Amino acid sequence: MSNAVAHADHGHAHHPALQHHFDTLAQQKEAAVIGMWLFLLTEILFFGGLFVAYMIYRIWYFEAFAEASRRLSLFWGGLNTAVLIGSSLTMALGVRAAQTNNRKWTVNWLILTMLLGCVFLGVKVIEYQDKFANYEVPGQNYNWLYHEQHSAGGEHAEGAAPAAAEGHRQLRMTPEQLQNTTQIYFSLYFTMTGLHALHMIIGVGLMLVITWMAWKGKFDAEWYTPVEMSGLYWHFVDIVWIFLFPLLYLVERHQ
Amino acid sequence: MSDHVSPVSLYVTIFAALMILTGVTVAAAYLNLGQFNFTVAIGIALFKASLVIWYFMHVKWQSHMTKLTLAAGLFFLTILLGMSLIDYASRNDFRDEPRLPPANPDSVIAPGR
Repeated sequence: MSNAVAHADHGHAHHPALQHHFDTLAQQKEAAVIGMWLFLLTEILFFGGLFVAYMIYRIWYFEAFAEASRRLSLFWGGLNTAVLIGSSLTMALGVRAAQTNNRKWTVNWLILTMLLGCVFLGVKVIEYQDKFANYEVPGQNYNWLYHEQHSAGGEHAEGAAPAAAEGHRQLRMTPEQLQNTTQIYFSLYFTMTGLHALHMIIGVGLMLVITWMAWKGKFDAEWYTPVEMSGLYWHFVDIVWIFLFPLLYLVERHQ
Repeated sequence: MSDHVSPVSLYVTIFAALMILTGVTVAAAYLNLGQFNFTVAIGIALFKASLVIWYFMHVKWQSHMTKLTLAAGLFFLTILLGMSLIDYASRNDFRDEPRLPPANPDSVIAPGR
């Protein structure tokens, strides 16, 4: 045990955040960091199962994945990627502010992180709404051809052949087969982005608590573990999106 | 311990790198690289994830124990993904012709609404 907490008054003058079963704050923090990483590993393997499902169906029905992927908006997807990377920056700066005893900027950066998280979720709502409006949500009302029939050439281009929107691409699957297989893509799309969005909502909830604690002045340069742990969680959710973006939005854009 | 305080410039640099790499991954998706489109996309994503883990998540300054914990998790993720893909990617049923779904009489496309 170090001499950092050597005090005459029977050792009770230590940092208020130091729990009695730890020798030092450093030891306590080390335990928290490892514990948080263990939790994140369960999350990695949790998402990993979905990535495996995605990979297998992508190998089997690549054409369907390529076609369905083009139905996603690259603008909104790209914007959300930028927003989320930006929120990771503000989160990292929030942790840094806590490390340097800067209470005001800890709060400011955390609020900014929360706002960016909400922007991300708002964009996700816009994207989901578009999928519902175009009958692209798997289930009874799923209609692969709806989008083409109603977007290729004006409001009511009833006579427009589906091939017009598919452009010059030669598809090996018939529309009926695409009707089946693209639903697998959209099922995975909604499961993976939905689960990711759920993590974002939990993350914003964490931020609310941490911001309130920071506002109350609970943290200092010696003890800011909750800020750091929430940061790890937030960055993890960012990393999941870093993989989801190319896998869902960029399957085959060059044709 | 991660009580190492990184300069703001480091975080901003990492942020800029992540944004540039996002642009690169979008641009690469519009090039026809054949089978390498996927490789490039995943490669860039792995690199971006590494930057976030190493710098934003402070793993660079953590103890060996923490690094080992993370490495163990990534090892099992590799087994999960790698073993599954070796199996499926080495089968022949999709090599030449796309695998097609079984005929399902219930899945008739409704006429345009």
